[in-house]
Amino acid sequence: MTVTRRGFIATAGAVSATLYAPAVLGAARPKAVVIGGGAGGATAARYIAKGAKGAIDVTLIEPTRTYYTCFFSNLYIGGYRSFESLGHSYGKLASDYGVNVVHDWAIGIDRDKKMISLAGGEKVPYDRLIVSPGVDFVDGSVPGWSVSAQNKMPHAYKAGSQTQLLKAQVEAMPENGVYVMVAPPNPYRCPPGPYERISMVAHVLKKTKPKAKILIFDPKPKFSKMALFQEGWENHYKGMIEWVGGDFGKVSEVRPDTMEVVVDGEATKASVCNVVPAMKAGKIAEMGGLTNAKGWCEIVPATLQSRVDENIHVVGDATQNGDMPKSGFAANSQAKVAAMAVRSALTGSKMFPAKFSNTCWSLIDDNDGVKVGASYKPTEEKIAKIDGFISKTGEDAALRKKTYEESLAWYDGITSDMFG
Amino acid sequence: MMWVRRHIYAAARLGALVAPLLAANAASAGDEKAGARVFKRCAVCHDVGPKAQHKLGPHLNGIMGRKAGHTDGFVFSKAMKKAGDDGLVWTDKTISEFVKNPRKFVKGTRMTAGALRSADDRANLVAFLRQYSDKPSDIPEAPRTVPPTSPDLDPKIFAVKGDPEYGEYLSSECVSCHLPGKDDKGIPSIAGWGEKDFVAVMHAFKIKKRESPVMQMIAGRLSDEEIASLAAYFAKATK
Ligand SMILES: Cc1cc2nc3c(=O)[nH]c(=O)nc-3n(C[C@H](O)[C@H](O)[C@H](O)COP(=O)(O)OP(=O)(O)OC[C@H]3O[C@@H](n4cnc5c(N)ncnc54)[C@H](O)[C@@H]3O)c2cc1C
Ligand code: HEC
Ligand code: HEC
Repeated sequence: MTVTRRGFIATAGAVSATLYAPAVLGAARPKAVVIGGGAGGATAARYIAKGAKGAIDVTLIEPTRTYYTCFFSNLYIGGYRSFESLGHSYGKLASDYGVNVVHDWAIGIDRDKKMISLAGGEKVPYDRLIVSPGVDFVDGSVPGWSVSAQNKMPHAYKAGSQTQLLKAQVEAMPENGVYVMVAPPNPYRCPPGPYERISMVAHVLKKTKPKAKILIFDPKPKFSKMALFQEGWENHYKGMIEWVGGDFGKVSEVRPDTMEVVVDGEATKASVCNVVPAMKAGKIAEMGGLTNAKGWCEIVPATLQSRVDENIHVVGDATQNGDMPKSGFAANSQAKVAAMAVRSALTGSKMFPAKFSNTCWSLIDDNDGVKVGASYKPTEEKIAKIDGFISKTGEDAALRKKTYEESLAWYDGITSDMFG
Repeated sequence: MMWVRRHIYAAARLGALVAPLLAANAASAGDEKAGARVFKRCAVCHDVGPKAQHKLGPHLNGIMGRKAGHTDGFVFSKAMKKAGDDGLVWTDKTISEFVKNPRKFVKGTRMTAGALRSADDRANLVAFLRQYSDKPSDIPEAPRTVPPTSPDLDPKIFAVKGDPEYGEYLSSECVSCHLPGKDDKGIPSIAGWGEKDFVAVMHAFKIKKRESPVMQMIAGRLSDEEIASLAAYFAKATK
């Protein structure tokens, strides 16, 4: 349960006073509530408030006061960004857009009463709810690993102190150390994320500990942008990185106390062990009864409404939507469609046809950026891919540099699109 | 290269889009066009014009009248630097001599390729390069547009009426990349353009006349009405 989570005690009761701020247009304003202030949730809250211009009472429930983006957290590990540059606060959503930002955990959704319970004891009613809680890890997916082992074997797959810890561990590796990653099975957030991470770790090790090695144990037979990454690793980090695909060895156990990873019965000693477990929708989605047997939320493609409750929309990583990957770009794109649908339901504003798109950039080494992207449209049964593009192997350095510069501009774009 | 960016964007927004390039072309078409073909042999290593960047060799914007070996941001051989310090300045004549036999003209230069034996080729090449030198601030930052009169574009496209409210919704897709009023590094700002120019640029992406995988995909699935709606919205959006 959420109540036992780290940091909960500190945030409990810290319900923002604005929750009870007098409504400007009187008590009759319809209520839109958003759970989760990440790429999906922050965007949704901002777009509902921006579009409704005061006609909708918008509340955002998010336990943390500073959101650290997972996107670019690998670049922080690689030494390209400061930790502070990843942090964003909710100040402008409150001051410029009039969103009630409530810093607390949602611990229950009563769908009949349309009421959310907060860990602090408060109840928040809604007319329409948007749920964007991101991901949680599947218990037992990597035998021997649990969240209680995350300080020894960090996942760094939710940004913040975990990311700092992993970076510190990489910096403290011995000369001949071995960095092991246990990569996640599909589907998981940010398909190229683990491999961008490997590139960034290699970038650091190449400069500081060129004798160190990197081993990836991957349950999958192939991965996102595989040819591009493998070409990049060959060019920049020759001989340092070994990728063991699912057909060549399976992790049967990790042993956090002895820092061992057991593959096909053989134990490998790791100096750093980065375990990225299997994922499922954030727990609150499950508690609200919004998930399917696989742990994800099914949605109506054109509006992002939950297949089980038309008053609830789910966006971002938590969805099982068809063809869109779990990325910040995708969450941001879906949130805008959901925001339009919520506004339309609550105030009768115009509904336009939904459009979705995604682009994921990854950095391999200095100025060596690659990207993959696609556009999508809703069909009856899923969000379906229309068209896409991907960087090519053997591209010239100028193009790769341009791609990297694009990603920097995108980061500024999306974060200001989320937080104002 | 600061000069390019600001100026050009200001100019573009005022609708001065049809590049001075075209005007220049009209004056002495043959040479420059032929020169453009010759330049293909240089283009593996040199960039010129819109968004030109250093490659294996320096970009050649504004090369006329410049001291050899002194283009900002490029690391030259000692030989080329010294030649410049000793007084070598690039002109029609010196460039022509250089490309005739680079290593003879500047002993020790890193530019080992590019010997052009034909005097005609050299003359055409110089005419081509000159366009990117005479008024560097007029060099378009990017081949930003198919001019509104382009035969590739049906004039009816410009008559399509857009709905700014629809444009505002559609724009939400754009602003996760295009920041209003941001510097043009990485991804350009697109607010405050003239509607016509905007429509022309979007169609240039759509019909793949202008490069950019991202924008070709985005524009590729926008209808004429949608592009017109975006143009209507962005024309009024604040920079
Ligand atoms: C290493 C890494 C690199 C990445 N790189 C990229 C990239 O380059 N580009 C890209 O597009 N994407 C990238 N991603 C993916 C991206 O971070 C996610 O896809 C995106 O954050 C998903 O948005 P979301 O809104 O679904 O979830 P999140 O952004 O995770 O937001 C969920 C929010 O909900 C809150 N929450 C959870 N439970 C509750 C509750 N019970 N009550 C209240 N609040 C709750 C959490 O605190 C969190 O703030 C990367 C991810 C990782 C891990
Ligand atoms: C194989 C790569 C290559 C090709 C092809 C090439 N160049 Fe170069 N060029 C260079 C390099 C490298 C330099 C820098 C030389 C140095 O520092 O010594 C250079 C320098 C120059 C310079 C001097 C620039 C300055 O600012 O001083 C000019 C002018 C030039 N090249 C013109 C051309 C032309 C015209 C062609 C085609 C006919 C051409 N080059 C083909 C690599 C190339
Ligand atoms: C994934 C990021 C991304 C998205 C989303 C995006 N663009 Fe772009 N756009 C770019 C990049 C990168 C360029 C620069 C292309 C180049 O290299 O010339 C660009 C260029 C442009 C230009 C030309 C600007 C100039 O200075 O010449 C226009 C106009 C434009 N985009 C409009 C749009 C519109 C309208 C949308 C939304 C429908 C949109 N873009 C969505 C990344 C994006």
